[in-house]
Amino acid sequence: MAIDLKTKALKKSLFVFHLSTGSCNNCDIEILDCLTPRFDIERFGMVLVGSVKHADVLLVTGIGTIKNAERIKKLYEQMPKPGFVVAIGACACTGGIFKEGYQMAGPIDKIIPVDVYIPGCPPKPEAMIAGIVKLLEKIK
Amino acid sequence: MDIIKIFLLILGSFVIFGISGMISGWLDRKITARLQWRIGPPWWQNFADFLKLTGKETVIPDRANEFLFFLSPAIGIISVVITGAVLLSGIFYKPARWDLFIFIYLMMIPSITIFLAGAASGNVLASVGAGRELRLLLSYELPFILALLVPVVKYHSAQISEIMNYQMMYKINVGYISGLIAFIVGLLAFQGKLGYVPFDVSEAETEIAGGTFVEYSGVLLAMFKLTKWILLSVGVTFFVIYFLGGFHNLITGILKYLLVLLLIVLIKNTNPRLRTDQILRFSWGWLTILGFFALILSLAGF
Repeated sequence: MAIDLKTKALKKSLFVFHLSTGSCNNCDIEILDCLTPRFDIERFGMVLVGSVKHADVLLVTGIGTIKNAERIKKLYEQMPKPGFVVAIGACACTGGIFKEGYQMAGPIDKIIPVDVYIPGCPPKPEAMIAGIVKLLEKIK
Repeated sequence: MDIIKIFLLILGSFVIFGISGMISGWLDRKITARLQWRIGPPWWQNFADFLKLTGKETVIPDRANEFLFFLSPAIGIISVVITGAVLLSGIFYKPARWDLFIFIYLMMIPSITIFLAGAASGNVLASVGAGRELRLLLSYELPFILALLVPVVKYHSAQISEIMNYQMMYKINVGYISGLIAFIVGLLAFQGKLGYVPFDVSEAETEIAGGTFVEYSGVLLAMFKLTKWILLSVGVTFFVIYFLGGFHNLITGILKYLLVLLLIVLIKNTNPRLRTDQILRFSWGWLTILGFFALILSLAGF
């Protein structure tokens, strides 16, 4: 019962930390769009936080370059569990047009386990919200 | 007062100010959202946040001083709860004769624990935040005390409940010119105590990533959040009791509470973040001058 209540609370208040690992910033701007009056994800209790220690969800954009790979791992380890990883954008999901690039260490799921993939270049805010809904269905 | 009464008082303070603090924190978020043309979170949002944080893992950084790291949120929450108990003792029991000064002392402790938390975290950003928090404390404490001294001078009493009763008998404090100025000065200084926007250098999400709380997670962060909410609620309640005539009539009392809260949120939402030196100049300059002015006016009887 108590654990169930905590899971319920977790579903209603996801704190989101945003990590860009060599993206072109397009996905990042679309993430910020989710906070604007048009979409307003604070309705669902989601807040963008400045420190990964406060976060429940790690939003990763970009391909995960060789230089960034280590840092992604570190940040993932620092995130207090239960924590979830969402890969946003074509680059983070598959490598996109940089798939054969020399600086490629990703895609992200080669570096850290990913819970939800949101494809698109960049994905629309609606797509991101739909992805987060899939994540909420996954949390049990 | 015997032990049971004190225990009940502290428990009551924790429950009353805990719940009203969470609701006030939600009102703050909701009003902010409405001002930005958003819809904002539902009313139980802060309860959900708190519950979720208690269920999360607590990460302790390698370089942290573990003793202080655990101690400071505990002291913070205890100090705000006791501050609330001091206020309640004025309403329900026979309070101490000088409880205003106890109140002033206790209101200072949360800021000090926030400083300690930042200093104990072993993180660069947290120590930057800790230094800023201490400078902030130095700058707003003087005008805050000056503002609270104005009714003391007027009524020759430093007992919160007595000042409340005097206001009921004659006129509320804000009705006097000196009281009005003191109210404004005190409210602005309290904004700094809360770490709200014109004075949020120590937390500065966009600049130093949460400042003093960077390394905190799980239950400890939940305790700090609760500390902030209780501080908000206790402070607003104090302003209502001390300057606006208190809660004699419950409905007007709650309306006064909401009014003060709305003022705080509006100040928060209509100002940019000030630099540390600007804060110091503002509070040791304008606020202190205004505070002294109010003190002199109240000595002259206005």
